Amino acid sequence: MKKFAYFPGCSLEKMASSYHKSALETTKVFDIELQELDDWNCCGATTYFHVDQLLAYTLVARNLALAEKEGLNLVAPCSACYKNAYFTNAYVKEDPDLAEHINFALEEDDLQFSGSIEVHHLMDVFVNEVGFSAITEQVKNPLSGLRIAPYYGCQIVRPRKNGEDVENPQYFEDLISAMGAEPTNFPERLRCCGGSLIMTSRVAALDMVRVLLQNAENNGAHVIATACPLCQVNLECYQATVNEEFGTDFNMPILYFTQLLGLALGISPKNLGIGIELVSATPVFSKLLPKEVN
Amino acid sequence: MASKPSFSTEISNLLYAAHGNPINSCIQCGTCSGTCPVANYMDQSPRRLIGMINADLKDAVIDCNTYWFCASCYHCTVRCPADIDIAGVMYAVKRYSIWHKTYSEDLVGPQFSAAFVKMIVRSGRSYEPLLAPSYMTHFGPKEFFQEVVTASKMMLKGRIPVLPPRIKRLENFKNMIRKIIPLGESS
Repeated sequence: MKKFAYFPGCSLEKMASSYHKSALETTKVFDIELQELDDWNCCGATTYFHVDQLLAYTLVARNLALAEKEGLNLVAPCSACYKNAYFTNAYVKEDPDLAEHINFALEEDDLQFSGSIEVHHLMDVFVNEVGFSAITEQVKNPLSGLRIAPYYGCQIVRPRKNGEDVENPQYFEDLISAMGAEPTNFPERLRCCGGSLIMTSRVAALDMVRVLLQNAENNGAHVIATACPLCQVNLECYQATVNEEFGTDFNMPILYFTQLLGLALGISPKNLGIGIELVSATPVFSKLLPKEVN
Repeated sequence: MASKPSFSTEISNLLYAAHGNPINSCIQCGTCSGTCPVANYMDQSPRRLIGMINADLKDAVIDCNTYWFCASCYHCTVRCPADIDIAGVMYAVKRYSIWHKTYSEDLVGPQFSAAFVKMIVRSGRSYEPLLAPSYMTHFGPKEFFQEVVTASKMMLKGRIPVLPPRIKRLENFKNMIRKIIPLGESS
């Protein structure tokens, strides 16, 4: 049994509850426990950093300090939460002045952070802690025939961490292959979904979503897999608006990688939160996958 | 004798020192503009904005929408051959414009960010329905209707929280924030 401190982030409470459910179900199969941090706070997304950098790092550090207190490494399923946690952790380690400022504020909540933990994205747990061969061994219903577009998005790969390949990562493709599905070519897989621009710069954001959907469709994808709740909501919930604005006819299901992995592992769709999509994946599944999967 | 720092120096001072090279090492190659997925919607491309900062064209920089249209995807940052953290520069200009209240009133970005931070300071957690007024008041009737339809569909699937969440140790949390930024007692 391996245990991690789990930082779900605000989106996973409701908007992306299917990511939360499927994260817990799929990690359980590999004897990994995700222990939710007690009393975690919002990571600040991008907006804290628009106002004050020190405040932003302090708010992120509170969550890191909570994990450190438990003696556990932190796992975040949301790419934006992950990026904030990863870099705050790194900067506290390398910058004693920043650490001093942060700890001065953390005292108010009886917390201190020394930077002794590691921060992982949930996908990193599957890729590096579990490994592809262990995943393949556990696959009960290979998703053969299903063509999945691996949508990395931005914050899981950028900014660059230690020695990471930011131009041509392959781990998402390999993970899809381990599920028995076929990863499609997806040239725009590292292009940003627009993030919070959907609220602040709507026309630009809808166009960004359109480019991604078009690119996945052109490459024959049945479904797009994501590793971030913001990407999921932009690509799925705004698909109808994109169709209305650009006269397109997209009907592309957008699922979390943990939902697809869960199906391959033989977990029931209901336990993976399947059924709360706005673009249903059921037609694709019933055409391509054996009955026991859906 | 001490003189007032130039605009480019002020922006440089807002960048966290550990990230990348100084803005004035820009070679104007345009890799950032070619990479940026939002460049088509910006008044000035990222390359031009950096050139304008280096030329101390403060008013022209502040007036354009470029930095508020940056989604912080860091694609420019990882590709910059001069190793400038361009997304970080966009953040710095955003902070400058918020602190000096110099952004254009048509922009939704600064108002959305202010609403978001206020919400976190009060509850410690994000709650989407509280943010809606900060951007939906800028919408025309068509966009407003589209947004209501999208939100209703999500609500029917149980994807919008009914009650705003809040953290348990909220007083400690607020005191912690006060140690970084003194909040007006009116909040």
